[in-house]
Amino acid sequence: MIPELGHFALIIALLLALTQAILPLVGAQRGNLTLMAVARPAAQGQFLFTAIAFACLAYSFLTNDFSVENVARNSFSQLPEVYRLTATWGSHEGSLLLWVLTLGFWSTAVSVFSRHLPEDMAARVIGVMGLISVGFLAFLLTTSNPFERLLPAAMDGNDMNPLLQDWGMIIHPPMLYMGYVGFAVAFAFAIAALLSGKMDVAWARWSRPWTTVAWAFLTFGIMLGSWWAYRELGWGGWWFWDPTENASFMPWIAGTALIHSLAVTEKRGAFKAWTVLLALVVFSLSLLGTFLVRSGVLSSVHAFATDPARGAFILGFLAVVIGGSLALYAWRAPKMVTGSGFTWFSRESLLLANNVILMAALGSVLLGTLYPLFIDAMGLGKISVGPPYFNAVFVPLMAPALFLMGIGPLARWKDASLPDVVTRMKWALGVALATGLLLPLTLDGFNPWASLGFFLAAWITLAVLAAFIDRLKHGQGGLLQKLAGLPRGFWGMQLAHLGMAIGVAGIAVVANYSTERDVRMEVGSYAELAGYTFTFRGTTEHDGPNYRAARGTLEVSQNGKPVATLHPEKRIYNASGSGMTEAAVHPNIFRDVYVALGEQLDDQGAWTVRLFHKPFINWLWFGALFMVVGGFMAASDKRYRIALRRSEVPKHLAAQGA
Amino acid sequence: MKPRHRKLALIVLVLAVLGVAVALVLNAFNSNLVFFFSPTQVANGEAPTSRAFRIGGLVEEGSTRREADGLTTRFVVTDTAKSMPVTYTGILPDLFKEGKGVVAEGRLGPDGLFAATQVLAKHDENYMPPEAASAIEQAQKAQLTVVE
Repeated sequence: MIPELGHFALIIALLLALTQAILPLVGAQRGNLTLMAVARPAAQGQFLFTAIAFACLAYSFLTNDFSVENVARNSFSQLPEVYRLTATWGSHEGSLLLWVLTLGFWSTAVSVFSRHLPEDMAARVIGVMGLISVGFLAFLLTTSNPFERLLPAAMDGNDMNPLLQDWGMIIHPPMLYMGYVGFAVAFAFAIAALLSGKMDVAWARWSRPWTTVAWAFLTFGIMLGSWWAYRELGWGGWWFWDPTENASFMPWIAGTALIHSLAVTEKRGAFKAWTVLLALVVFSLSLLGTFLVRSGVLSSVHAFATDPARGAFILGFLAVVIGGSLALYAWRAPKMVTGSGFTWFSRESLLLANNVILMAALGSVLLGTLYPLFIDAMGLGKISVGPPYFNAVFVPLMAPALFLMGIGPLARWKDASLPDVVTRMKWALGVALATGLLLPLTLDGFNPWASLGFFLAAWITLAVLAAFIDRLKHGQGGLLQKLAGLPRGFWGMQLAHLGMAIGVAGIAVVANYSTERDVRMEVGSYAELAGYTFTFRGTTEHDGPNYRAARGTLEVSQNGKPVATLHPEKRIYNASGSGMTEAAVHPNIFRDVYVALGEQLDDQGAWTVRLFHKPFINWLWFGALFMVVGGFMAASDKRYRIALRRSEVPKHLAAQGA
Repeated sequence: MKPRHRKLALIVLVLAVLGVAVALVLNAFNSNLVFFFSPTQVANGEAPTSRAFRIGGLVEEGSTRREADGLTTRFVVTDTAKSMPVTYTGILPDLFKEGKGVVAEGRLGPDGLFAATQVLAKHDENYMPPEAASAIEQAQKAQLTVVE
């Protein structure tokens, strides 16, 4: 009964989405306030019914209703409750339902926080989001019904993929989707601006906090995914340049470009046409990412072709959204007026350089991701583009962008003085160069890439410091008062930039100074790695809720002093019989000590064991968290809230920008 | 800056970055593309001996042997028509099993032994790595043609 209820709720949600899409858009075009007023309640109703459908599916998972095919395939009676809940979005169908639910959430958020917008703008934004909901709901109902019954019901489920049974995976998909789908808001704003022909500065101010929040969520989602891969795949890697990772990284790169070009459009009225185009590109890449990961095209181009209904639908949907929005853009963009001018050295020009470089980096990732698919689809053979390609292209492209990151925030809008910036940053450049040259010497040998990383990290950090010093020179009151008085937009930007510096420093160390060893260990034997001694104390039998495991004990010590006792596991899951390596990690701020069990070698209890020393790995996650916090902080800046209360602010700006 | 100059500067900037990007891509593409060969193709001498490539197929039943050091494993990869010996030093992934699909990256030695640097494991229990599946499919198709 419950699954049918969910199915029914999904149908109602589709009808409401149709209402949410059509009536407000028609109303906005005709200036009909009654039709426009439908937007908000329709969006909220659509969200409510999608949420009901989602709750029904979650209920089926929690109560082990194996008469639902989706549940039977992806869950298991012995699966712990929390993983039964997350199994709801572990499957293709469930994850698309989560996608629609997230879109409903964002639409509802827009419907609540859009009181300050002109009525036709709000109606158009919500209407466009409704159109996207229609597409995805129709896709769910016609090709991927999550409530499909299984007759006769299965005795038990197939279990969730053991790799996904990890708490990093509990929040990774929802956070990632909050980011992906959040860019739909920026997209809807861009389309609404194109439809209305009012591509003024106001829309940049309206869509900016939404975009920044979506970007922060996406950053968090990618970080969680990387953290999960690092611990759970058992190989100590944190980024593989795998197509599924690139699928989320490409919208992130474009989104990063967008939040920077939105800054120029909002503050200076420049780059208007480009910013609109970028907003369309970012969401198109989010859709492409969903398509790549969810259509099965990555695992096999041919498997994708053998299930034509799903593939054709997504491909058609992509074509309509991307083609339609670009056509609208081509028609409307020439009418956009250019903003005020700027010189070759100004904050505008530096942000422009940021955008150009990010786009080139995006292009290289896109090429490396899609080229193997293209070659395979053409029947020209199978190839793979490995991490060396991406590292060889991405790192040299991003290095100048990171260098400019130190200058951009210090340069004035419109016309900055190069000599002035040079005078202010001479010391910083010297200190950063010294750091880059000397710091690697304190580590395990000199490495040019590590040196470059340290230089850039130090440079950005010092630039952040310089920006604070600059701001604190002026104004009155104590230091704390002044710090508290700085706008949140400023704080957010500096925190995010600092996060980038922390992340770059972490990458520079972990990519160049990590060590690992595969060793054969007998009970009582020991192995050395990076100054740590690992003593193997054998394994014991250990029973988990839905698996059996051999649980190893390794004592880690340094210079004779005990550091940690680690318990890596080798699990066999009951339902599928598949094996899984559960690594054990002892983290601290400067390094992770990481051990994973290989195989048992003999009856005496000898095992192959993999030992890792990962210096500075945690700086990556810290850096990303700084960016996330920075993003939320910038989005909560006072000026967006003032605009909420006083609608004359955007108008005044509109006049100024035109 | 005048609009005309700005446009010119923009074009120069875009072209410069694009040029650098294209140079980097071309340079990296040539040396970092990893091609895939099935055991049949390797047996026919189609695979290069000078660079790394990937092979795929099934791990032949009963072929896995561990060397005395406990870390080096030898096994045979087959596409059901031809098979080739592989050696790998290190811990094998969880999903490595005899009779199951496998993809390995490495170099072909003069003795015909494939020295793998990486054994890939990004597939689950029921699912065959696409390269391995296609290798077997190709080999079986070829055999059918011979029988006919």
